[in-house]
Amino acid sequence: MAFSNPFSNMFGHSPIKPMQEHMTAVVEASGRLPGFFEAAIGGDWDTARQLQQEIAALETKADDMKKQLRLHLPKSLFLPVPRTDLLELLSTQDRIANKAQDITGIMLGRKMAIPASLKEPFQEFVMSAQKTAEQALAAINELDELLETGFSGREVSLVENMIEKLDDYERINDQQQVEIRSKLFELEAQLPPVDVMFLYQIIDWIGDLADRAQAVGSRLQLLLAR
Amino acid sequence: MTVIAEYGQILLILACVFGLFMAWGVGANDVANAMGTSVGSKALTIKQAIVIAMIFEFLGAYLAGGAVTSTIRKGIVDPAIMAGSPELLVYGMLSALLAAGTWLLIASIVGWPVSTTHSIVGAIVGFAAVGISTDAVAWGKVMSIVASWVVSPMLAGTIAFFIFRSVQRLILNTEDPFANARRYIPFYMFAVGFLIAMVTLLKGLKHVFKDTGFSLNFLESTLIAAVIGGIVCVIGIFLLRRIQPEETPASGNRFANVERLFAILMVFTACAMAFAHGSNDVANAVGPMAAVINVINTGGVAAQSVMPSWVLLIGGVGIVIGLATYGFKVMATIGKKITELTPSRGFAAELAAAATVVLASGTGLPISTTHTLVGAVLGVGLARGIGALNLGVVGSIFMSWVVTLPAGAGLAILFFFFFKGIFG
Repeated sequence: MAFSNPFSNMFGHSPIKPMQEHMTAVVEASGRLPGFFEAAIGGDWDTARQLQQEIAALETKADDMKKQLRLHLPKSLFLPVPRTDLLELLSTQDRIANKAQDITGIMLGRKMAIPASLKEPFQEFVMSAQKTAEQALAAINELDELLETGFSGREVSLVENMIEKLDDYERINDQQQVEIRSKLFELEAQLPPVDVMFLYQIIDWIGDLADRAQAVGSRLQLLLAR
Repeated sequence: MTVIAEYGQILLILACVFGLFMAWGVGANDVANAMGTSVGSKALTIKQAIVIAMIFEFLGAYLAGGAVTSTIRKGIVDPAIMAGSPELLVYGMLSALLAAGTWLLIASIVGWPVSTTHSIVGAIVGFAAVGISTDAVAWGKVMSIVASWVVSPMLAGTIAFFIFRSVQRLILNTEDPFANARRYIPFYMFAVGFLIAMVTLLKGLKHVFKDTGFSLNFLESTLIAAVIGGIVCVIGIFLLRRIQPEETPASGNRFANVERLFAILMVFTACAMAFAHGSNDVANAVGPMAAVINVINTGGVAAQSVMPSWVLLIGGVGIVIGLATYGFKVMATIGKKITELTPSRGFAAELAAAATVVLASGTGLPISTTHTLVGAVLGVGLARGIGALNLGVVGSIFMSWVVTLPAGAGLAILFFFFFKGIFG
């Protein structure tokens, strides 16, 4: 017996929970980065390969989620927030996982060795980028509470504060990027030029990852702006 | 006259059978919408919803269904035109019942969205306009009924919007939502109790107690309703006390504890919804039945005739049977689909819809409960309370109007000539 009655069909798939699940998968992917760097620095390329594969799998999973979400947001759906903003936020989230995959892909492919004096700052730098991503996830996880309060009032200021904090983390990450670059600059004459080129690129990309996490916060802010 | 004298008994039995059939259709299909919100938001299990629906649908039908029944019985068709040939009215009402019941059955098998109210009104208008004459239809009344189908969803939507906004302001958007929920939810409970008591006292009792001459004036009714509201409120406070906040809600949502309090409130609004639905929609089955019984008992089309309250009883019983035999399946299906509605949102929609329907029942207008509920849900959505609403469905609702009216009318015309042929 088919029951399509107007009442039950009114309720579309709410995008809120899938958005959060997508971000969770994304940050899980970037969360493998510190472990990957540890393995790479220690020259344990088997572990590194395995982590790289996990990151790739999570990135694919996030991609599928993104596609599903886009399919479930037809134009006739009436949402509490603008549809375009939601889709933009989704794309921004997705870029974090892509970056994590790029970083690990190129490092594994070139079996990049990191100079001994840079090991410590590198690990800190990666950690702080991941911290930024986790803060972005924390903010996204407030979406369901935001829905509960109708995207207004106290809950909004709470999320605003979270985004504030996210910006701070990103700023710290920027400073670390400047420092690690100048350290590399001092060393670069002793290293093979091509390796140095790629090291600069990896530094850039890790910085990008934090930037992208911050961008998620900015998008969320746009969603809340009245 | 001879027809009625000759076949009176058979016609009477037919009226009761068809009336039951129609009431069964209402119970099987329509109730599920009214109760589905509570099941979907997990405030009630299906079993609980069925029990509540059975009790309160019945009460609503019996205590507050009289005014709408009168409208369907003698508001749509002009009795003066029929005075010369009462048997035509009997055939007409029989065929309207059979047509609406059949249409409901077909629609639920195929899965079309229909409204019980639309089908019965369409059927009555159909047989009167085609089978008798276009003058036999009280077009003014029909227009006001059709207008109410547009107005009632809008009204429910507006009320729901403001109820949900008040919930946000008083409870959700505060320092301590849980404490505030405990503080303010009883007021909503009072509103539920007061509303239902008020309509019952003002509109329902005159149909139930009309033989005893028992009546209350407006002030007395208000006082009694306030007392009943207070009683409901006290019961509610007692129930709310029993809910203790969990330290870490499983869902990871800080409002999970607050929602548990709203679930209690939702039990009350579910009762209100069932009551409202019974008060309005049972008349769809009972109205025509009452008309037939009247003609047969008095032997003519009397505009001023008493309506036996046992007729309402039959309607109530029919709805309960429909629920028990088939409605629970529908409810299960619908309940699964509307999980998007948490108790805090669902109660706002339910309370608004129930209020609108109950008010409409008071004025004797047959409105579509489902459409009113749809309007109320849209209202909550506009208050940015629902994750996603499918606006394309509004189109299908519009289609259900367009399709149901002529379908009900066409079937009714068919059956009308069929009966006319049989009984001559």
